[in-house]
Amino acid sequence: MSLAQALPIALLGALLGLDVVSFPQAMISRPIVAATLAGAFIGYPQAGLLIGVVLELIALDTLPFGASRYPEWGSAGVVGGALFAAQPPGMPGALPASLLAALLTASVSGWSMVTLRRIIAGRLERTRDSIEAGSRDALFSLHLSGMTMDMLRAGLVTMVGMIIFSPLVRAIVAIWGSESAPSRAVVVVIAAIVAGGALWKVFHSIRRVVWLFLAGLLASTILLAMT
Amino acid sequence: MTAPPAPGFSLPFRVKLAMYVRLFALQGSWNYETLLGTGVGFVMEPALRYLPGGVDGPEYRAALARESRYFNAHPYLAGVAVGALTRAELDGVDPVRIERFRTALAGPLGSVGDRLVWASWLPFCSLVALCVYGAGGSPVQVVGTFLLLYNVGHFLLRAWALRIGLSRGLNVASALGNPVLRQGPHYIGSAAAVVAGLALPLALQRVVGPGRVLAGGIIIAALLGILLLARLHERAEGWRIALGVLAIFVLYSVLT
Repeated sequence: MSLAQALPIALLGALLGLDVVSFPQAMISRPIVAATLAGAFIGYPQAGLLIGVVLELIALDTLPFGASRYPEWGSAGVVGGALFAAQPPGMPGALPASLLAALLTASVSGWSMVTLRRIIAGRLERTRDSIEAGSRDALFSLHLSGMTMDMLRAGLVTMVGMIIFSPLVRAIVAIWGSESAPSRAVVVVIAAIVAGGALWKVFHSIRRVVWLFLAGLLASTILLAMT
Repeated sequence: MTAPPAPGFSLPFRVKLAMYVRLFALQGSWNYETLLGTGVGFVMEPALRYLPGGVDGPEYRAALARESRYFNAHPYLAGVAVGALTRAELDGVDPVRIERFRTALAGPLGSVGDRLVWASWLPFCSLVALCVYGAGGSPVQVVGTFLLLYNVGHFLLRAWALRIGLSRGLNVASALGNPVLRQGPHYIGSAAAVVAGLALPLALQRVVGPGRVLAGGIIIAALLGILLLARLHERAEGWRIALGVLAIFVLYSVLT
């Protein structure tokens, strides 16, 4: 993928990456949204949605509590959605390879967020006297530059992710040795385990939670049996 | 020098609107030194212009500096503190009392918000979207449902927080006893458990693809994995395990 091809995807990644922490935290950066939008950019929103759903299930494990460090799903969703949507339909390795690329991007992007927040702290240290003197200009400069840098960070991560993973995923898909059904099954099992473990972690203290879950499970089983 | 605003002075609507819009950018300069602090100063700034002397006055500068120091809260509920502190500054409350109030309010606003939003509302909305997907929803329907549902709660919570803070000032602590904040996580969590039972099999079935079924092997492997992960609890990060297992599987599939 050339720079020119990666640029529109990087712009989308920049906007969605900004949403994670800086502005407006409307959850347009959730993978179910980000990957679908990226898939739509490539021309296949259905493919983007499919990988977005898998990423969303995995992302349930990393809710952004307090000042905790977590993977950044905005850029990762864009990279995963764009990569998967760009593969020819029906290729068994497309989903696992694109998913792996998205998870690696999420990890690197999470690290880049921590680095950025340290850079902002460094800038704050240099302008502390002005801000302590009540300078509006110093405060605005710090705040707006923080947002601008965050957007650039997310855009850069997305662009680098696309440039590295685009040929890599294509190559992996071309030499993929596993059958289609087990390839999909491994992804489903991984997503189910992570989502189930995450939901248990969050909701286990709720009274009668197992019974409530089983009630939903019964309803879905009936629905699946009917179709 | 202009006179200080009269106690109980109500800010013009456009100023409240400016503060509300800025609340969405509250974390623009989030950092490991002051956390939300500089963001709080940024959001309060339009209101502080009403202090005696305006933007050139010593009161404005002192208040802006004071409000830009260390602060932590959940970003959606930080409006409670922003509103209350704005009220206190405009009413000329003693800075020492304002400082004590900032310290006291930070903890509860963080924990209440985390429980209500990150640990309840967000996963609930995700699960509803997954349910729509499992039921055969189109990309627009799935994404639209998620964004609409989530942001109704998000936008309303931010608006409520700012309004309650501005109206109650330093007496805002009682607002944290609001039934939505206290009981909300329990009810949303209960609903999320039902939706999870409904959404997971439907969504996973659609990911598996048409013409295939969630075979016994997949279900047993998933249940065993969930049990193991639940036992490990806080000691294991599921997404990291997913990354490792997936990397091994991709490597295996490429080499065979």
